Amino acid sequence: MKESTNHTMTIKELTDLATQVRRDILRMIHAVQSGHPGGSLGCADVVVALYNAVMTHDPENFTMEGNGQDVFILSNGHLSALLYSVLARSGYFPLEELKTFRRLNSRLQGHPATQEGLPGIRIATGSLGQGLSAGIGMALSKKLSGDDKLVYVLTGDGELEEGQMWEAIMYASAKKVDNLIAIVDYNGKQIDGPVDEVLSLGNLKARWEAFGWLVLEMNGNDMNDVVTVLNTAKHHTKKHQPVVVIMKTEMGAGVDFMTGTHKWHGVAPNDEQLKRALDQLPETLGDF
Amino acid sequence: MAEQTQKEYTNQGNKDTRSGFGEALFELGKMNPDVVALCADLTGSLKMNAFAEAFPERFFQTGIAEANMMGIAAGLATGGKIPFTGTFANFSTGRVFDQIRQSVAYSNKNVKICASHAGLTLGEDGASHQIMEDIGLMKMLPNMVVINTCDFNQTKAATKAVAGHVGPVYLRFGRPKVPNFTPVDQEFVIGEAVKLTDGNDVSIFCTGHLVWKALEAGKLLKQKGISADIINIHTIKPLDRDAVMQSIMKTRCAVTAEEHQIFGGMGETIAGFLARNFPTPIEMVGMNDMFGESGKPEELLEKYGMSTQHIVNAAELVLARKQF
Repeated sequence: MKESTNHTMTIKELTDLATQVRRDILRMIHAVQSGHPGGSLGCADVVVALYNAVMTHDPENFTMEGNGQDVFILSNGHLSALLYSVLARSGYFPLEELKTFRRLNSRLQGHPATQEGLPGIRIATGSLGQGLSAGIGMALSKKLSGDDKLVYVLTGDGELEEGQMWEAIMYASAKKVDNLIAIVDYNGKQIDGPVDEVLSLGNLKARWEAFGWLVLEMNGNDMNDVVTVLNTAKHHTKKHQPVVVIMKTEMGAGVDFMTGTHKWHGVAPNDEQLKRALDQLPETLGDF
Repeated sequence: MAEQTQKEYTNQGNKDTRSGFGEALFELGKMNPDVVALCADLTGSLKMNAFAEAFPERFFQTGIAEANMMGIAAGLATGGKIPFTGTFANFSTGRVFDQIRQSVAYSNKNVKICASHAGLTLGEDGASHQIMEDIGLMKMLPNMVVINTCDFNQTKAATKAVAGHVGPVYLRFGRPKVPNFTPVDQEFVIGEAVKLTDGNDVSIFCTGHLVWKALEAGKLLKQKGISADIINIHTIKPLDRDAVMQSIMKTRCAVTAEEHQIFGGMGETIAGFLARNFPTPIEMVGMNDMFGESGKPEELLEKYGMSTQHIVNAAELVLARKQF
């Protein structure tokens, strides 16, 4: 069992792991010339932190129910390359399997799926807006089972344009689902352009607060801040209120030419771009 | 195929199918602590009050938010619970098709989608609520079992049976009080059709509220010297292929009868199966690519071609087309 309490990776170790995960993401997407690098790079720090410094989970004994473990749902399922890299490097399945990403007969589907039985995946995502509802269901199941562990759900910001998100947001506070932490990847970008132009989220913090959630904010690309704020979020659970972390990130974080634009949402780098990108990300733990 | 053939089917008194669901859900709640229920502001209509009052900690009122309800159900199932969702058929399927597709069917979650007020016999509320496309939507989804029960007793038996099936199920029933005629102690086996009357001239494959209509049609046909093999296809998916084939080998022609669009319905499933295996003349009783309207259930079935007489007419038509 990986216990955040007794397994303390230093910020430096976590940052090195995130750098390696970023290399994995780019190499996976480049290899199959398909996938979503922008958001995956942007959220690399938080997903690394969750699986290595925040959540209590057991990679060697994955169960669908996740009893006695914290569970994580990637509602913005297009960040699959990121999740697969972190899962593999946490010991859920062999690192070698990252080579099969998005290829025929792989367990590493384009978007996370349960059908192929990949350890670490508990529900299919990809069609946006559905993960928070599922997370609420898992949180309610934990309450019924007397399981004191938590449910974490990562969502995109553009994803908040889906109506189901607000159904779930309303439900969680009204019914005091307080063993749940939502994290919003607030990078301000979506496929068609800036979120503010496509469909503005307005004052996002005020909206979550108006819906009854405890809102924390953090810089999702500063590992120190990520670990501190996520642990703060944990301390705010079990207090009759759901917790959301609005997490500022940079889409494409870690690769200079992929930041500051929405254009790398779902485009694979070519050979030259991959080389330029990897030059900025030293191989810290060994490529797969 | 199960046999429940009787000389004469007796209506034990009109009862609504949804009450059968409600009673069974309550009994399941008592028997199995993992059974949980969710409802989107239609607890009374779905007859879920008894469960909600007896097991408040296992009952989740989601408000008028069906998409969220399906997702929460998928999450509860992930955690090992056996969730039953309850709302009208329209809001159980069409409104939340993508949620069911991804979070329930593709994820293969043990969610029981229980849907009342299906079909035209919802009546006066009109076409906005009269979904006639739900069987089609649900039967197209891999992993999904699709059941359409015919009366109170069968709905009660089916509700209990689906709790024991691991995987997503769509359980469809209705609003009005209709004849309750199947045995109170019946064993409901998912995927096993039920033979109601034995005949040699024409097969009538029926489901839901039209099962009773088919039995009535069978009596009228008998007066004309036509013997009908009447089979209740309560499980549309997986189809009891052996039952269909066994009957067709005798009769060599079929009528299908359902309170649903012909496009995408039970009849098309049977026609597809027979076309691939033993091409057979078929007439289909169902909704003919139209939306309904307000009216009383019987008036609507009459106007839109799903009455007893329509089944009789279809049987005579298909008999005339029979080759040998």
